[in-house]
Amino acid sequence: MPVADRAWVTIVWDDPVNLMSYVTWVFQKLFGYSKDKAEKLMLDVHHKGKAVVSSGARERMEHDASQLHAYGLWATVDQA
Amino acid sequence: MASFAPDEVRVLRKVASEVVGLLSEGFDHEDPVVERLFPDIYPEDPHNSAEFRRYTEGDLKTSKIDQAGAILAVLPSDGGGEVRLDWDTAEAWLRALNDARLAMGVRLEIKAETDLGEELDEAVLHDPASSRVFQLSVYAYLGYLQESLLNALID
Repeated sequence: MPVADRAWVTIVWDDPVNLMSYVTWVFQKLFGYSKDKAEKLMLDVHHKGKAVVSSGARERMEHDASQLHAYGLWATVDQA
Repeated sequence: MASFAPDEVRVLRKVASEVVGLLSEGFDHEDPVVERLFPDIYPEDPHNSAEFRRYTEGDLKTSKIDQAGAILAVLPSDGGGEVRLDWDTAEAWLRALNDARLAMGVRLEIKAETDLGEELDEAVLHDPASSRVFQLSVYAYLGYLQESLLNALID
């Protein structure tokens, strides 16, 4: 993959409202992650304040972030 | 699949209608609830955030209005009753309940360290008839409902 195509990440930020079980479910559903992986990411968000949930081309990350917004998660895009 | 008391139906109709109102005639970018539901995608780049928003906000708004509408569409029209949700509708309910909780969480100033039980006790001591007591109870109920619905979907 060319550098430009994997230089972006989608970040999910912690917020005090979203249920832990719901966030885990959203990661499984949107990204097809296993329950273990989704749970680990959710716990990273919860304990560290944020986590990288996907990486790749910029347009894909923008798509991921807006999908996450549809589910009410607080997502942003950044350069890796 | 789920059974609702008349009070619960009234509350759900109220919160779903409020979300629809907030996203339609009441839509205001200055509102912290709108900021939370439609976060900037590039927090340090207002120009690119605005550009992205220009292309995506309409669709996002429509899907959020539709999912709140999914709650309104299947509630019993009068009193309480049974509600049967298929898979897609249940997912729309989950997202809509989450939007409603996010909106209420902003208004109620829910923080990571907020203990909902303590918050409610305090509000009751202060004034049991206050709108804060009502709002906190609704917020707690929506969380309970969202969790139950999610458990039913996962099982």
